Amino acid sequence: MKAIVSVIGLDMPGIVAAVSGVLAQHKVNITDISQSYAQEFFTMIMVVDFETSNSTLKEVDQDLKEAGETIGVFISIQHEDVFRAMHRI
Amino acid sequence: MSFTPEEVVETKLMIKDQGLDVRTITMGINLLDCSDPDLDRMKQKIETKIISIAKDLSQVASSIEDDYGIPVINRRIIVTPISFLLGNLATIQEISIDDIQKLNDPLHRKSDLVELQISSEAINDCVNIAKSLDNAAKKVNVDFLGGFSALVHKGFTRADLCVIKSLPDVLSSTERVCSSINVATTRSGMNMNAVKMMGEIICKIAMKTQHHNSIGCAKLVVFANAVEDNPFMAGGFHGVGEAESCINVGVSGPGVVRNVVKSQKEVDFETLADLIKKTAFKITRIGQLVAQEASKRLSVPFGIVDLSLAPTTRPFDSVAGILEDMGIETTGGPGSTAALALLTDAVKKGGLMASSYVGGLSGAFIPVSEDKIMTDAVRKKILTIEKLEAMTSVCSVGLDMICIPGSTPSSSISGIIADEASIGMINNKTTGVRIIPVIGKEIGEDVEFGGLLGKSIIMPIKESSCKTFIDRLGRIPAPIHSQKN
Repeated sequence: MKAIVSVIGLDMPGIVAAVSGVLAQHKVNITDISQSYAQEFFTMIMVVDFETSNSTLKEVDQDLKEAGETIGVFISIQHEDVFRAMHRI
Repeated sequence: MSFTPEEVVETKLMIKDQGLDVRTITMGINLLDCSDPDLDRMKQKIETKIISIAKDLSQVASSIEDDYGIPVINRRIIVTPISFLLGNLATIQEISIDDIQKLNDPLHRKSDLVELQISSEAINDCVNIAKSLDNAAKKVNVDFLGGFSALVHKGFTRADLCVIKSLPDVLSSTERVCSSINVATTRSGMNMNAVKMMGEIICKIAMKTQHHNSIGCAKLVVFANAVEDNPFMAGGFHGVGEAESCINVGVSGPGVVRNVVKSQKEVDFETLADLIKKTAFKITRIGQLVAQEASKRLSVPFGIVDLSLAPTTRPFDSVAGILEDMGIETTGGPGSTAALALLTDAVKKGGLMASSYVGGLSGAFIPVSEDKIMTDAVRKKILTIEKLEAMTSVCSVGLDMICIPGSTPSSSISGIIADEASIGMINNKTTGVRIIPVIGKEIGEDVEFGGLLGKSIIMPIKESSCKTFIDRLGRIPAPIHSQKN
């Protein structure tokens, strides 16, 4: 299963480290990463793969949200199918 | 990267800030095979069937929530209109066929009609069945079960009459059972006997639940052209043309549409309609995704996606708010009907592109008590029942969650039902009335229902009697365009 991690907020040092730390803990593999500004927000987006992981999306999401709160940005993860359904015909 | 940052951020903000959710996963269950002359056996069959088919519904809905990160607010069940099951019960077979034939005969002299006697045993049997439905709903952990219904647009069966007459007891003694009565169709015309009866029944339900702001009436919808696959409550039932069982999903998202409209204050109508269409497309695709997944996990066929902008009491989640962001100062003022027409049509067009099986009511709901901005418009005396009635001719449902003084005569309630059903009958669309005469409250007083049903205010209705009109009885003939064959 593939999922999209998104970080929305202010750019600052340590964001990639925080996100990749959580993902590494859950053995989730990062396959793509990009950073840019969208709708006036700093955004970092990662495509990740759960093939090597035993965790559920909800568990990873909770840990990412906590990590985000610690550094003051909004981090979440969502199933890739949600974006595919909404943005691809 | 498979998605652009703009796309990812748009989706995230819809869920995080704009209240995008799946409003309901509703399982339709056929109960026709549960009919039985023995009451206890029928109750057993009903409970067993509902529980066996829907036992995993709530847990599957939660697992989809977890796996996809889309909130699924309600889990619900709709069943075959219950009147279809009851005809074999001994207590109902005792009702005189002759009397009911006269009541149904459009050529019979109305002055000869006598009040039909239905025994308290027959009413008790209906209440018992409703309690079984309530039990089953509690056991499978769904918040509402719809389908304690009867379709009487052309006339009554004995069971239909019992279902209707039992409503005051049923809706006051059960928690989760919802009811709907179809009194008119474009094809058959309007059963004015039923319209008169429903006015009286609504008053009785209000009295029976007077200690809870007459809330029993909030669990009943009187329809014209009721649809067979509506996943929303209180008017949902599993039509007899439906399959054994199916999954219908109701998607919402007034907050998402409102956000788009709000950010585009200056655009012309073409652009506005186009933006709403695209947004509705995206929302419906999420519904389609969730419906497919729920259907797969439950091994129950996919039915329809209903894209209805259904407001909640959250301030951003408001249909009236969309109209006001379009440029209407207060909902109910001049321009409101046109704004709602544009909104409903654009929502339908976007939704139809997103799923081949769009059904239910699909459009925009305008339930007064559930939409805070709408309640505010009533408070400002700009939004009235008459304007709401006009607005329902261009949106999906009807007069929804309207509170009126408890002292309103039943004939006036019947008049309101007849007016609203006429709009549905003549315009070939679904309309419904969910009206609550709140006992002990007068115009302008606040009414607190709590939860999803929200808070409302007693609306004024015009003081002019239609009793002589309603007392004519009989059936209003079907409109000319019913003859399509």
